[in-house]
Amino acid sequence: MATLARLVIRRLWQLLPIIIFATFVVFSLLQLVPGDPAVTLAGDYASKERIEEIRQLYGFDQPFIVQYGRWLWHAIQGDLGRSLLSSAPVIDLIMQRLPNTLLIATYALIISALIGIPLGVIAATRAGSRVDAFVTSVASLGVALPSFWLAILLVANLSLGLNWFPATGARPITVEPGRALLHATLPAIALATGVIAELARQVRSALIEVLGSQYIRTLRAKGLGPIAILWKHGMRNVSVTLLTILGLQVNRLFSGAVVIEAVFAIPGAGSLVAYSAINKDFPVVQGVVLVLVVFVIVINLVVDVLSSLLDPRVAEA
Amino acid sequence: MSSITASPAAARPARKPRSAFMRWVRSDLRAVLSITYLVLLILVAVLAPYIAPYSPTDQNVAELLLPPSAEHWLGTDDLGRDVLSRLIWGAPNSLYASLLAVGVAIVLGVPVGLLIGFLGGWIDDIVSRFIDALLSFPPIVLAIAVTGALGIGLTNAMLSVGFVFAPVLARIVRAQTLVVKNALYVDAARGFGASTRHIIVRHIVPNAIQPVIVQVTLMLAIALLAEASLSFLSLGVQPPAASWGGMLARAYNYIEIAPAQMYAPGMAILLTALAFNALGESMRVALDPTMKRR
Repeated sequence: MATLARLVIRRLWQLLPIIIFATFVVFSLLQLVPGDPAVTLAGDYASKERIEEIRQLYGFDQPFIVQYGRWLWHAIQGDLGRSLLSSAPVIDLIMQRLPNTLLIATYALIISALIGIPLGVIAATRAGSRVDAFVTSVASLGVALPSFWLAILLVANLSLGLNWFPATGARPITVEPGRALLHATLPAIALATGVIAELARQVRSALIEVLGSQYIRTLRAKGLGPIAILWKHGMRNVSVTLLTILGLQVNRLFSGAVVIEAVFAIPGAGSLVAYSAINKDFPVVQGVVLVLVVFVIVINLVVDVLSSLLDPRVAEA
Repeated sequence: MSSITASPAAARPARKPRSAFMRWVRSDLRAVLSITYLVLLILVAVLAPYIAPYSPTDQNVAELLLPPSAEHWLGTDDLGRDVLSRLIWGAPNSLYASLLAVGVAIVLGVPVGLLIGFLGGWIDDIVSRFIDALLSFPPIVLAIAVTGALGIGLTNAMLSVGFVFAPVLARIVRAQTLVVKNALYVDAARGFGASTRHIIVRHIVPNAIQPVIVQVTLMLAIALLAEASLSFLSLGVQPPAASWGGMLARAYNYIEIAPAQMYAPGMAILLTALAFNALGESMRVALDPTMKRR
């Protein structure tokens, strides 16, 4: 247990510069806005007093690094400012919407793992066969398929055509779990296709490499059966790689969620960031981006720690 | 070989890839198909003003949401515009978008990767952490945020996508530079008194360029999908200009009245992304020395 704690602390220490740089990028977004940020934040019809008030509030008259420090200090305490459109606290807006995004992302990740990993294993164990060629082609198709187009096709056929699933909206998972899952199914499928394809490809190539290695050949020569080789040696060696690949998909899922939420009119973090970007509601944009990037970094930390539990060699690195 | 050239190293690369290229074309149907498709697409994009049967922006209230017919092969949209013409005019926008994003990524990412890989030390440490930080952002989310800050529109959207892609290239180039920098033949060149500039231009760039070419081709597909997504969200191509993603957004609004409209733009995006990916994969095989002659 002590070693685990030490490991987590060491990883956190390594992650610290990354987190600081990431917050710096989020803060700098406002600096990309052409013109005076105070005028931008005050909105189109703001009075001179209002602009001055905002300048004071955000400290735009102070050096950049002081502004950043102030913003970061507030952000650490959970204060991400207020929306320019609704003047609601940004953190409240995010907390209302994030569960919807997490639901479809988690759902999609589960679907992808259940389909993508077996596909990769099947292709790898029959490398060069027709099955392998089929899986590889399907994966290429899945990578190139625009997820929002698939989403539209699913709505057209399964919601409007067959009426199996609701076409739009979301329900809170805590209040109506059944309805919530039903609403999340099509978005999760649309979101999962790219990830399934990616998982199948990566699992395939990782497993092919392991199965082609010297010690597997030795095991085979010693008469160990193919199933024992696959599970006791192949999958076990791939598991660390697999975990890393799964962790990297979180990034992809959040990216995909933006468009998928738009198609299904889901009030999630992705649709919030798109809406806010179009309407120049920068505090909300910064808030969502910050929360998502911190989420991704934390997931990577968890993946890292789990990997070192699975493979002691990783821990030493 | 009648004459002895002063630098055989320089003469060789010019000759070898050409025959390797021809071998690849002959043996790789996937590559031939994708190149053919892309050449046709470029032709369509360049010739759009001449081959589009109608103007992509002319509205016609008498012909709203028509199904495919002899006059309008793919029907008309909710403003009575010819869908085929808009599809054709979407090609130049999509290609411009992909090339711009990838171009930005190359211009930003490659020099940074070369520099930090070559210099090493604390500069490399700091910039590498910064690259890690950028790679932690969900790409489309960061691109949307940057686009919102710069102002919406296709060019700004693709500048943002390019900025988001740049760290990927920087990381690849850095890794490749590290390998080459420590290779024996570079040590030898240095021992012969080769300058830093000579080593970078003659040894590091040619060796680092191969994975970059592969990655850049694959990136064209991701950029295309990103453009379609951003245009679908109305952050990219602005109406009335035509874009495949934007066409899908409109078609989705009228999905119950004119369901046929959602197929063509989606197919265009899918096929183009497939072609870029197939080309990238084929180049990976063709350029990777360890995968040759198996």
